Amino acid sequence: MDRAIAIDVNRLCKTYDSHKAVDDISFQVYAGEIFGLLGPNGAGKSTTLRTLITLLHPTSGSAAVFGHDTVREADLVRTLIGYVPQERAIDRFLTGREHLELLGALYHLSKAEAAKRIDELLTLVELNAHADRPAKTYSGGMKRKLDIACGLLPNPKILFLDEPTLGLDVQSRLRIWEYVRMLKTRGLTVVMTTNYLDEADQLCDRLAIIDGGKIKTLGSPAELKIALGGDIVSLTLKEQDRTAGLEAALKHQPAITSVRTTDKGLDIRVESPEKALPAILESANRLGCSIEFIQYNRPRLDDVFIAHTGRAITESKPEAETT
Amino acid sequence: MEHYWQEIGALTMRWVKRLSREKFSMLFTLVQPMLFWLIFFGNLFQRAADMQVTQAPNYISFLAAGVVVMTVLNNGLAGGVDLLFDKENGFLERLMSTPIHRTSVILSRFIFVMGITSMQVLVILGVAFLFDVHPATGLLGVATILLIGMMFGVGLTAISMAMAFSVKSHGDFFSVLGFLSLPMIFLSSALVPLAAMPGWMSFLAKFNPMTWAIDAVRPLILSGWSEALPHVGMVVIVMLVFDALCLYGGAKAFRRAMG
Repeated sequence: MDRAIAIDVNRLCKTYDSHKAVDDISFQVYAGEIFGLLGPNGAGKSTTLRTLITLLHPTSGSAAVFGHDTVREADLVRTLIGYVPQERAIDRFLTGREHLELLGALYHLSKAEAAKRIDELLTLVELNAHADRPAKTYSGGMKRKLDIACGLLPNPKILFLDEPTLGLDVQSRLRIWEYVRMLKTRGLTVVMTTNYLDEADQLCDRLAIIDGGKIKTLGSPAELKIALGGDIVSLTLKEQDRTAGLEAALKHQPAITSVRTTDKGLDIRVESPEKALPAILESANRLGCSIEFIQYNRPRLDDVFIAHTGRAITESKPEAETT
Repeated sequence: MEHYWQEIGALTMRWVKRLSREKFSMLFTLVQPMLFWLIFFGNLFQRAADMQVTQAPNYISFLAAGVVVMTVLNNGLAGGVDLLFDKENGFLERLMSTPIHRTSVILSRFIFVMGITSMQVLVILGVAFLFDVHPATGLLGVATILLIGMMFGVGLTAISMAMAFSVKSHGDFFSVLGFLSLPMIFLSSALVPLAAMPGWMSFLAKFNPMTWAIDAVRPLILSGWSEALPHVGMVVIVMLVFDALCLYGGAKAFRRAMG
């Protein structure tokens, strides 16, 4: 596939004192895609993001946005990107419109040009009616919308979102997802960090799982799930003594990739459930194993995350790794 | 260059808007506690203070210079607070991710703090005027007082911003602030002249740039140009050195925080 490259990260390292926040990572973001950096807190995704938006200088390695180095050509890069910070970076005493006007001046827009763009953006994020109220009267969702409007004001080629839905209620979350998808249809490249697996799964075309400052795996959510080796059928058997027999019978069946004994029965990875399920049931009948419970799961991004980092995203790092 | 002014103008206006949105805060900014020092402390010590010691017609006219410089001190040391909040809530990152000159945010803060401080100094001199304290050097003297205040304020604001960029939490910031401000006042000629202090205190006070500022402002109010000029010349030199040191430290802290 030959796609235009929006961001090129090459052997990026960022060290604080002796702590390696980002440890030799390389990846590319294609123009027009939604790219996710997924990882637990402290994994290095925010550090990576802040390097891309020129706020951090790499200890070694480099990052380029549309071919422009984020250190040497920082000013040029800043004109190409929009940034939506993680915290609600809102001045509570300014109105929504004043936020956008301030940024208009910082991007050196003329008054007329800024006014036109601000009206468009306020309409886009549905804040027209509240544009002239101080931001301290806004709800969490409205603040986030204003954040996004601020990020879009420079008419960027790439929009960076740092944890866009952190702490939002479900409805606001879905609304933000809608915006992000709409921006993609307008041709914008979106790079976002998140520690929500469902968000990465729903929204990202491709994502990198980051942990301990390193990229553990990278690909589309579907690719990553398939790479795990297919769907899982979990059997709970009534008689545990027949487990071994059933395992041996299933092991070499064509639609089955692997069989693993669990404390209740068997976990069977299958390539296609349509073929595998009848075969499993047939073998169980033939061997006289009575099945108490049968569960069928497609691998979720959670499974991908666990497979690559050795723990669930909500579990904190073991002490030894954090130091 | 045109871009630079556009940035600084917009950023400075942001500080002005913020202040004007908080009506109470604005009121208290102009009629601030320093005024009470002048009115209450000045009149309270009228009879307790010895004219032979203060070398002034009354204590309030002696205190006026101290209160002016104390105002500069408090404003300057608090000058970085808003940047600290900007840093903590991510607003600073948002500003710095735009293609602005790296110094614009800081410069806008200097302009705002200097502007507010000058207005407060004028209010204080105005109130002092009501208590019959007429600056001996006239309007030009008042302008000179503002200039000295700004020179001192720049360095103080730089210290405050350097702290804002370096501290881990704003609790630390306010602790250091509280710790700095009172000794600076007591170890200066704000409340009593150096000659009337215990030896060790007057010794320490000589290293306090605030003393030099007050010793120049005081004759501008009390005596006249001939006595004031040498002090003014001296304070300009002291402040140039002070500002250079503070700006150097501030720039280092800023670069470390933003690099």
